Amino acid sequence: MIDILLLTLLVLCALAAVEMRDLLSAGLVLSGYSLLMAVVWTRLNAVDVAFTEASVGAGITTVLLIAALSRTDRGEALVSRTRREIPSLILILLTGAVLVYGTLDMPDFRDPGAPAHHHVAPRYIEGSAHEVGVVNMVTAILAAYRGYDTLGETTVIFTAGMSVILLLRRRKQRG
Amino acid sequence: MGENIIRRTITRLMVPFIQLFALYVIVHGDSGPGGGFQGGVILGASFILYAIVFGSEAGRRRVPAPVTDVLSSVGVLIYAGIGLLCLLLGSAFLDYRALPFKDPHLAGHYGIFGIEIGVGLTVAAVMVTIFFETAHRGEGGETRDG
Repeated sequence: MIDILLLTLLVLCALAAVEMRDLLSAGLVLSGYSLLMAVVWTRLNAVDVAFTEASVGAGITTVLLIAALSRTDRGEALVSRTRREIPSLILILLTGAVLVYGTLDMPDFRDPGAPAHHHVAPRYIEGSAHEVGVVNMVTAILAAYRGYDTLGETTVIFTAGMSVILLLRRRKQRG
Repeated sequence: MGENIIRRTITRLMVPFIQLFALYVIVHGDSGPGGGFQGGVILGASFILYAIVFGSEAGRRRVPAPVTDVLSSVGVLIYAGIGLLCLLLGSAFLDYRALPFKDPHLAGHYGIFGIEIGVGLTVAAVMVTIFFETAHRGEGGETRDG
């Protein structure tokens, strides 16, 4: 019941964010969307993902959106909406239909026989406590089994910071 | 913007607790939800909150640009350095069991502790950097009400 309510609110938030003309409000609605998404992750017992969604999606992304807005206009530029509406609607419906068709082949939710639960997951579940020595299995996977990936992610963030410095800081000194 | 006393007082009260929570999330990552990434974001957000309320000039005085620049690379260097240390101690890259602790579990624990701190430093510094470089700093001290 609460899941249906959450998912309905998610869809409503998404629609509101698209329809809003005021970009600041749209950004705040997206923040609410992320917070709802965090609740959904918690309902799915994925607390680490929920934590990331709440801090990154609802928190820092909103702040960065607002920071970007401070460099531009708050209102959305009005474009004529009648022209390409019908073809793009058909395209969206077709894409949606293909995506839904694709989910038909997916294993059922919480199906113990799903392929994802039989590849490396048993090893992680059995081994992480004594192979790595930390209690949180998610941290064990992120920091030990998938340590390379996390190093890569950290490097990506570092690169993003350096790019922002290179692109934006110079302009400030000139002007 | 900077004259609102309620906003200033609440922020001054909140920021230490937010930062303490961020440190808890970073350090506690191996035994509970969270970790370097989430904690780093919260730590960065605390500085951003300070800068939003007290203005970017005051915010930059607390976290000067050279500090965040250096910290964002120090974090990655800590991470890669621990990996390299494992390599030098005769094991695979990022194989924490090679670290010089008596118990391999303890080695794993401290290794992960170290890289979480690295991730946290980089994430926090980069978030602060992106905010300060992106946010509009009005010409002549004028702040745009956004």
